[in-house]
Amino acid sequence: MTARPSFRRRALGAALLLAIPALERASEPTEATLEAPAGPLDIQAEPPPFTEGIFPCSQCHDRAVDAKPKQLAFHDEIQASLHHGPPSRWCLDCHDNAKRDFLHLINGELVPFTASYRLCGQCHGDKYRDWRVGVHGKRVGMWNGAKTYFLCVNCHNPHSPRFKALKPLPPPIPPQDQGFAASAPASAPEPRKAP
Amino acid sequence: MSASPRLPVIQDAPAEPGAPFSRRGFLKTAASGAALAALAACKPAAVVEELERRNFKELKKDELAAILVRLEKRYSEEYGKGVTVTATGPMAGVNFGYGLDLSRCIGCRRCVYACVKENNQSRKHPQIQWIRVLQMEKEHGVDLTHATPYYDPELVPEPGHFYMPVQCQQCRHPPCTKVCPVKATWKEPDGIVVIDYDWCIGCRCCTAACPYGARKFNWAEPELPAAEMNPVTHYLGNRPRPKGVVEKCTFCIQRSRVGRYPACVEICPVGARKFGNLLDPNSEIRQVMERKRVFVFKEELATEPQFYYFYAT
Repeated sequence: MTARPSFRRRALGAALLLAIPALERASEPTEATLEAPAGPLDIQAEPPPFTEGIFPCSQCHDRAVDAKPKQLAFHDEIQASLHHGPPSRWCLDCHDNAKRDFLHLINGELVPFTASYRLCGQCHGDKYRDWRVGVHGKRVGMWNGAKTYFLCVNCHNPHSPRFKALKPLPPPIPPQDQGFAASAPASAPEPRKAP
Repeated sequence: MSASPRLPVIQDAPAEPGAPFSRRGFLKTAASGAALAALAACKPAAVVEELERRNFKELKKDELAAILVRLEKRYSEEYGKGVTVTATGPMAGVNFGYGLDLSRCIGCRRCVYACVKENNQSRKHPQIQWIRVLQMEKEHGVDLTHATPYYDPELVPEPGHFYMPVQCQQCRHPPCTKVCPVKATWKEPDGIVVIDYDWCIGCRCCTAACPYGARKFNWAEPELPAAEMNPVTHYLGNRPRPKGVVEKCTFCIQRSRVGRYPACVEICPVGARKFGNLLDPNSEIRQVMERKRVFVFKEELATEPQFYYFYAT
């Protein structure tokens, strides 16, 4: 063959290379639009309830304080169980200092507790993208209609996000222990002799 | 085809003019008639009707409706609650696909027992479970020579191990349906491989043919406590089974055909199970296939499962 088809192939390849990023941009959420799944029938799950009496946070934290990490005299439980990323992780990385009833993004934008997934998505972008399209996380309801999608915090404790080990349900009963298998013959049958 | 050798077939002797019937024809009629008459004498009419009926796929609408009514009445009496038996057909433009994230599954067996409950499996004697969770070693990967379903530690996951739940793979080329001598099992247009429990003769050829161990046989009368019986049933799915028939996962046909997720998907505490329409590019299962490395179990057998395993991380 001549050089023509190979040129055509190259041109086609170049066109594809140009087209693919454009397609990806169209379907992927950008940083500016950190949003929840956008299907018309997608229903957001109730976030897990706060510890009783803890919210609104502003009932105790009524003003901004020195933001330097330090050992607190309160929130013992959370301090003891805080295992999220590097040891330098600190309350005010996520909780807003001035407006305590909100979380904040890196850029300072305030986020209500009901949309904490936007906060998670800043660092866990791969999981976040998967979650938006239903690859990561859990959904219940109708596969072809109204479904409830669980939020990050429904399954992961934000202060200690690794999924905790569970007690497994009982293993299957082996067939021989189910009480109806034929009992083994008392003695092995005589091996057949060649004629 | 016409050139292929044929077995000698004993033909009915052609009826001679004047003779009312052939000897062979007479014997056939007499034998079946006598058998039916004997049955009719000792069994209620419904039983005779059930024995005389045709294959599920050949049933006319009104015949099927009559069977469903009869079953509803029988089960409602037996279990003391209002049992419904539907035969909802496949949706147009739907082919089901299932995804299971091996990097998420922790082997907790919540799916096994949710399935037993939803699908009215026999509880202990015999114990029937459509899902079997295999514990495997990370060192060996997916390797059945290093797998056990009987693990029972205090907590899962155990270090160094991963878990692979196995259930009916709803193959595109199902070996199980090919071997059925009476066509009691077949693949539906939405991909679900189903069994007609009233047509199954219990020969267990399918159980032997299935490379995934997905088919279970009722070796004894199933143990299904009336209080725990799920009354929302499908003819080809979770209706109570008799002793001596084979059963298996149907993607919860009674749920999936009305748009609901299967029970195992909804119970999974780690969200490892994905389900949807393979023909819809926006469905969760298609998104899995677009974004993740997906594989099928025992690919070398060319059964082409509609059940996909993947690693999301």
